[in-house]
Amino acid sequence: MVINDVDVREDPAWLKKHKTGKGQALEAPVKNAVDKFQLLPAFLKVRGLVKQHIDSFNYFVNCEIKKIIHAKANEKITSDVDPNYYIKYLDIYVGKPSLEQDYMVESITPQQCRLRDITYAAPISVDIEYTRGKEIVSRKSKQGQGGVVIGRMPIMLRSSRCVLTGKTEAQVAKLGECPLDPGGYFVVKGTEKVILIQEQLSKNRIIIDTDSSGCVAASVTSSTHERKSKTNFLVKHERIYVRLNTFTDDVPIIVVFKAMGMESDQEIVQLVGRDPRYAGILTPSLQECSSLGVYTENQALEYLGTKVKVMQKAWMKQTKSKVDEARDILQNVFLAHVPVKEYNFRQKCIYVGVILRRMLEAMMDPSFVDDKDYVGNKRLELAGQLIALLFEDLFKRMNSEIKRLVDSTFAKPNRSTVFDVAKVIRPDMLSQGLEHAISSGNWTVKRFRMERKGVTQVVSRLSFIAALGHMTRISSQFEKTRKVSGPRALQPSQWGMLCPCDTPEGEACGLTKNLALMTHVTTDEEEGPLINLCTTLGVEDLSMLTGDEINSTKAYMVIFNGLMLGVHRRPNWFANTLRLLRRCGKIGEFVSIFTNPKQRCVYVASDGGRVCRPLVIADQGISRVKEHHMKELKDGFRTFDDFLREGLVEYLDVNEENNTLIALYESEATSRTTHIEIEPFTILGVCAGLIPFPHHNQSPRNTYQCAMGKQAMGNIAYNQLCRMDTLLYLLVYPQRPLLTTRSIELVKYDKLGAGQNATVAVMSYSGYDIEDAIVMNKSSLDRGFGRCIVMKKASAPIKKYANRTSDRIVAPRLIADKEGCLRVPDRAQILDYDGIGGVGEIIRPGDIYINKESPINTRDTVPNPMAIPDSAYKPTPMTYKGPPGECAIVDKVLLTSNDEQQFMIKVLFRHTRRPEIGDKFSSRHGQKGVCGTIVQQEDFPFSERGICPDLIMNPHGFPSRMTIGKMIELLGGKAGVLSGKFHYGSAFGEPSGHADTVEAISATLVKHGFSYCGKDFLYSGITGNPLQSYIFMGPIYYQKLKHMVLDKMHARASGPRMVLTRQPTEGRSREGGLRLGEMERDCLIAHGSSMLLLERLMISSDQFVVQVCTKCGLLGHHNHKLRMSFCSTCRNGENIATMKLPYACKLLFQELQSMNIVPKLDLAEA
Amino acid sequence: MAPTSALDMPDMPSGKLPPHLELQRTRVICAADAAAHTESIQYSGAYALSRIDNSLRLREFCDNFRVEVFSLNEDDIEFDMIGIDAAIANAFRRILIAEVPTMAIEKVFVANNTSVIQEEVLAHRLGLVPLKVDPRLFEYKSESDLANEKNTIVLKLDVVCSRQDGRIKNATVKSEQLQWLPNGSEYQIEKTSKTYTSFSCSQETLPALKDNPIASRYPDIILAKLRPGQCIELEAHAVKGMGKTHAKWSPVATARYRMLPEVALLENIRDSLAEELVEKCPVNVFDIEDLSRGRKKAVVARPRDCTLCRECVLGDGWDKRVQIRRVKEHFIFSVESTGALPPDVLFLESVKILEEKCQRLLVELS
Repeated sequence: MVINDVDVREDPAWLKKHKTGKGQALEAPVKNAVDKFQLLPAFLKVRGLVKQHIDSFNYFVNCEIKKIIHAKANEKITSDVDPNYYIKYLDIYVGKPSLEQDYMVESITPQQCRLRDITYAAPISVDIEYTRGKEIVSRKSKQGQGGVVIGRMPIMLRSSRCVLTGKTEAQVAKLGECPLDPGGYFVVKGTEKVILIQEQLSKNRIIIDTDSSGCVAASVTSSTHERKSKTNFLVKHERIYVRLNTFTDDVPIIVVFKAMGMESDQEIVQLVGRDPRYAGILTPSLQECSSLGVYTENQALEYLGTKVKVMQKAWMKQTKSKVDEARDILQNVFLAHVPVKEYNFRQKCIYVGVILRRMLEAMMDPSFVDDKDYVGNKRLELAGQLIALLFEDLFKRMNSEIKRLVDSTFAKPNRSTVFDVAKVIRPDMLSQGLEHAISSGNWTVKRFRMERKGVTQVVSRLSFIAALGHMTRISSQFEKTRKVSGPRALQPSQWGMLCPCDTPEGEACGLTKNLALMTHVTTDEEEGPLINLCTTLGVEDLSMLTGDEINSTKAYMVIFNGLMLGVHRRPNWFANTLRLLRRCGKIGEFVSIFTNPKQRCVYVASDGGRVCRPLVIADQGISRVKEHHMKELKDGFRTFDDFLREGLVEYLDVNEENNTLIALYESEATSRTTHIEIEPFTILGVCAGLIPFPHHNQSPRNTYQCAMGKQAMGNIAYNQLCRMDTLLYLLVYPQRPLLTTRSIELVKYDKLGAGQNATVAVMSYSGYDIEDAIVMNKSSLDRGFGRCIVMKKASAPIKKYANRTSDRIVAPRLIADKEGCLRVPDRAQILDYDGIGGVGEIIRPGDIYINKESPINTRDTVPNPMAIPDSAYKPTPMTYKGPPGECAIVDKVLLTSNDEQQFMIKVLFRHTRRPEIGDKFSSRHGQKGVCGTIVQQEDFPFSERGICPDLIMNPHGFPSRMTIGKMIELLGGKAGVLSGKFHYGSAFGEPSGHADTVEAISATLVKHGFSYCGKDFLYSGITGNPLQSYIFMGPIYYQKLKHMVLDKMHARASGPRMVLTRQPTEGRSREGGLRLGEMERDCLIAHGSSMLLLERLMISSDQFVVQVCTKCGLLGHHNHKLRMSFCSTCRNGENIATMKLPYACKLLFQELQSMNIVPKLDLAEA
Repeated sequence: MAPTSALDMPDMPSGKLPPHLELQRTRVICAADAAAHTESIQYSGAYALSRIDNSLRLREFCDNFRVEVFSLNEDDIEFDMIGIDAAIANAFRRILIAEVPTMAIEKVFVANNTSVIQEEVLAHRLGLVPLKVDPRLFEYKSESDLANEKNTIVLKLDVVCSRQDGRIKNATVKSEQLQWLPNGSEYQIEKTSKTYTSFSCSQETLPALKDNPIASRYPDIILAKLRPGQCIELEAHAVKGMGKTHAKWSPVATARYRMLPEVALLENIRDSLAEELVEKCPVNVFDIEDLSRGRKKAVVARPRDCTLCRECVLGDGWDKRVQIRRVKEHFIFSVESTGALPPDVLFLESVKILEEKCQRLLVELS
């Protein structure tokens, strides 16, 4: 059977053979399920887990950046003053990450950047051609480096420009980087930043919608390189209008048609469609147009001209007539992405006709209304596209800056030197613009008036999975506060593309999503060749067709990236031929071809931001991937790309999936099946992939685990001990889960685990286990269960001041003790002779770890700034602040400087903690609980084999949560321990063998003499008698979450007060008081316990004694010298009374007085 | 056990418990779903209506109490303790785990550590290393006590990892590299001439320690991993302590007991059913006995092997044919020593501790 060159379904011989072969087992091709799982590791090997980010950045750096500089508006800078002057960009290069230091260019690694707080960036250089004096000069590249450096581009890790690409694991490790780190983020000023994937409605597509009143409306968001605009079509009083920002009012659609040169009503109606009902619906609109007296193009334009918004800029000279202005708007703003050449609006008219037809269809049949939340109508904007937007904006700004400079130079009457533009280009603007945007997350693109906040986030390094999950996160443009269910709901079309489990709870629920394991996000593809191809394949050009021919029922319209190309009379042949070309690699693998019989359209898409995923192609339900292919893959003769190239596997986007029938398993395929899933568990993302047997759990539990897995402590990366993170949580003895899944192996969670396999007994014990609390075995804790290391960073810059003095670090000054011996003060005990805390020293709260001194005078010039006397310095030591009573250890000290020669010291403190009561733990099934009590091992129940659980979980956790997966995990873990092999629990894995069945697990248990149901006969450790019921006991992977009592515990008797109000401070960090809130106050009032109320609210808070003049009612003061109270208003001390009131009250009086309001106290004898 | 009709019961108390009550008193019935009659009946008048005195008599206890050692080797012991209440058996177990003292590393003085392992983690690992030393030779050391030869054992670890002829030496630090310092600490307290211990004599002079020097019980416990150029130099001080303070002082890996399994065939199980029963049991408790004329009968051959998987009582009607029980006052006690003392000695120690406790109680009471 020929597969590679001809689509078998098109091959008549093949079809004939199979038609006759039906029912005859011998002739029909053998259907045997092939284990396609191996395709997955192969896919991830080629694509990686965060390939979407890296691909998009690579596309930007390699292609798009060139397109930007060659764009018409950017390529050439001319001068208004000297018409002969020009600067032309010839080419642009983004180099390798490097840093210029002391006039030496050095290559830098990401790890250096993290440690030194610098940006991992590469120089952007350009080749330019420009005039200097009378000659034309060109500065060209040398060895891939352009002639002029125009800025520095932050480089995405593991992108094509990164130093880590193409390196082996060992080489990557040598650079101080973790080989398992996925990359896909930036290092800006030492912090790792990820640009979140942004989800938005697709551009340049017609979306039919209903507005709030239920009327049909259409909207098109046009986006070209130069312009972004939104055009709305809406129905008002049965008439159709166009709404544009630049028009003050909604304008009738027929007027717009006429303004675009389509004066005949008949032609308009014909363009919309030949269905007589269309004409009926359009009649009111047509009537309105004639009632407005608009019949000709000119009249229409004049009418539109009156509706144009008057520009506020009054100083601009009115050069254009109203008619011209209206025509310009129709050309440039109205459906801006539809090209208009020399005021030929033909194409735009057809486009409007299609929109109208779709609207009319939707009016007659509501099923024609588009779903905005449908994933096929969404586009994901990735790092590359976002940076491209920003870069173009900054590049334009730089060009206008150069132009301004050139103009001002040439405007000068006599110049002494020849002006050389290459010497005045300043790279700061681009570098800083990019760096600032990525580090702050504020994306400001002036030309599109785009202002987005929170585009980037600091990569969460709480655990390996947290970082990985961060790379696949998608943030939505919807407001989080809005209470809409549509965009938050699970969409059927997100099957296989977006993870159905991984979304946060609360306000961002359903808006923040995550990519599934196999999802790929496309990048833009060259349009020209594809359009040519379409024409070659028989697409009839629109300009040659009349409305009647366009709307003929025989032909399908071909729409390419939202543009109408023409019509085709054999749409299925056309689509199949294009697909065939794609499968044999003649056109890009991510081009999607989708026929929509309902709209009678063939959609061809090659734009960026579509989500797609690979599927195995099947011919009449028989998979093209055979056993021998998989064997070749296993033996390394074949890669995933070979499968793609040979047409065994292809990428489908959400729209094209509608033209397919996808079977979950090969065995379920019928003769109509066109594709077969590679593995069903790939519908989940990385976070949900960690859950064993998620398909046995109640769905919200999986969602909870997705959120909690990111808080679990464990290993972060192989280089975790070389990092200087502000906060780092590590587990002392992390383990790999006994019950694994295929996803765990694929994302390498088994190498960087975040949890421990604990033997869990499900029983009630001691009463300290209510509300999901767990009882822990003290001996297990003694032996290292749940032990964790918390590392905190403190850094101190050694500042340089304007008068060339600088901070200094000195050895601790000795002080004399009682006996007159000189010794190091207590607080400075841990300092080394260099004045910095010694590594390995135990540090207590209040200890000095950097003995820094700052010059007292930092402003006035000092004669010899490097040798000012000791007396000119004041001590500014850095002291350790931590939980009282706990001591940490100085783990690491780093002395370094950043790219601005700013010297700094980073100190890492380490604190090892064993679990205590109140620490939070969780299994992998969204079942979190705090440690309720810690019990001695001898009190714990034990089994006949002497097994004693590590922790006890209350069975009440199961009935309402319905986490059956946890129970199966326990069984599987137990069987795994007994048989000495890891058991699997991949999602939906039972049919394909990627999850062990309960039957098989039970058989293993019985074989080893355990009960099939996992319940053991236990003896009470307290009485010694057997327990009356059998206890469900076995290992479950438990995660220790970052929430620990030590970081939250807080109480106060007395302590600091706020200066202004004299009330106790608020919050744990300020050692604040515990608030007696409004509701608590209400309780006290209801109880009538007035003295308690007084004590809580005043005496213990901000009691203050004031002198009140009983005569004038104002506050007086007490003179301590004279021991007399005075009223400063009455100027005597006769009628003074002393009373207590809250200081806040006194403050209020005084503030009122400052506003010319006199509060008077009227006192009565008590 | 077949239910007995009230009419079939003897009219008069015969001085003996009726069989169903006797079964309840002496056996735990392990049904497929739950265990029944797990409690031991303590009250002396529990069977007063049957005219039976249930009080515990020392004479009877002395007559009936038996200890039979099943197996014994260097580390493990399994013995049967017959005729004793669960509370007492459990007391021994609890004392073994928590109250029999051993020596374990408590303080670690790190002179240098350039390895990746953090000092406190290394110290924790050192603490868990079982030491081969008789704790009875030592005294408890209280916070205020000075470290002397009677209460402290000093061990030294000094490892440097290096590359020697292409091979990496000392890549893994193992417990055998812990060196005993019989003369006490070698480290001096800063600015004094004293060391951290004040031994009056070498511990080697103690007769019990002369021939078997103190070391880790197992030579191959991995303490740390090093790369060339890294080193660990430390001194570890071991003191006497009890398992209830920290698990490292527990002398046993575990001490546990189980009640003697008893499998009763409630009816004769023959032929195919017999084969099915033998097939059912994963630990081969049952055997087939050939009867005449090719008929077969199931017999309980190795009840002691029963692990209570309850396979034999699962399935249609099987709970009527087989009953699994546990004999209440028959404990199969097993102790796994960590190596400080032989398991038999450990058990005797626990008996002594219980005795001591009883003495103390008596003293308090009188």
